[in-house]
Amino acid sequence: MGKMTLDQINKMYPDVLTEIGNIGAGNATTAIANMLNLRISMSVPHVELMPVEQICCAIGAEDKVVVGIMLGVQHDITGSMMFLMDLPSAHHLVNRLMGRDPDYNEDFDEMDMSAIKEIGNIIAGSYLSALSGLTNMTITPSVPYVAIDMAGAILSVPAIQFGMVGDNALMIKTEMGDDLDISGYYILMPEGDSYQKILKALGLPV
Amino acid sequence: MGEMIKVGMADLKVCKAPDNLTTIGLGSCIGIALYDPVTKVTGLAHIMLPDSTSIRNNSNIAKFADTGIKKLLDDMLKMGASKSRIRAKIAGGAKMFDIGSSTMNVGDRNAAASRAMLKQLGIPLIAEDCGKNFGRTVELYSANGDFLIKAVGKTPYKI
Repeated sequence: MGKMTLDQINKMYPDVLTEIGNIGAGNATTAIANMLNLRISMSVPHVELMPVEQICCAIGAEDKVVVGIMLGVQHDITGSMMFLMDLPSAHHLVNRLMGRDPDYNEDFDEMDMSAIKEIGNIIAGSYLSALSGLTNMTITPSVPYVAIDMAGAILSVPAIQFGMVGDNALMIKTEMGDDLDISGYYILMPEGDSYQKILKALGLPV
Repeated sequence: MGEMIKVGMADLKVCKAPDNLTTIGLGSCIGIALYDPVTKVTGLAHIMLPDSTSIRNNSNIAKFADTGIKKLLDDMLKMGASKSRIRAKIAGGAKMFDIGSSTMNVGDRNAAASRAMLKQLGIPLIAEDCGKNFGRTVELYSANGDFLIKAVGKTPYKI
């Protein structure tokens, strides 16, 4: 069996990839909404296969400061996933979680950072449990890692991950909003033949 | 005043004074600055990965330290730079997330590959600011070869 590239997979099964993004992101967004007792609506995920060079500006200006939460993905499939949000969104969520005034926007302290990690845990956990429910595979996240820096610098991490295997990256963009203005982006970065495994588990020929 | 020319990710550009070069948000990538102080021919590459030979899809030569630096040098020579005068400075190669796995430490590998390639080409590396855990925006000035590094929450500094 020849190894399919991401490009080929995307060409054959665009709806499947969209659906994976949709279910995962939907679950994750619902989890945050429940935790914070918020109504958060979510746009239909936009799945985009883009050249790795462009991923650095996929969510806005490269020098915009964003919060990136990254987790490893283990067991039946391996890789990593990332959740990104802009600074105001992160402040909104943290303030909500810490029961603070919504306008508070001092630099994040240690407690805030663990709150962000917790948000990452919940997002990743629900995203991956949706994916594992769908595929019947065991998929577990590692502990979350957080970086607050320029979008370009943070996105260089997935760009490099994808760049190692091809020229394109798969980006699942989901905007959340409603009560609060929150926008978030999910990026799933499966390693090796993990995408093939997902497709196979879904009963698709690869 | 010259123009500030932007170099994208997996991209490289060459210019002459008075124009200058910049690349925004270097994470684990490396910005390689080459400069000929006499002709003021200036080149900047933003590479993503250490080695083109270990990867199947390697059509974009600016993506890799080995092929990218070679191409940058060639382009500069075409613009009139002299190889014997060219000096290099590099920045970037951060570890953005504190994950232990080896693939995550591609920043270090990028820096090592860049140093090795410069050495192989006989270009002296006169300054570097690599590693740590923060992103860098760099600006390379053709007037004097200054390599300005900007990071979030830090005062910009020159190397």
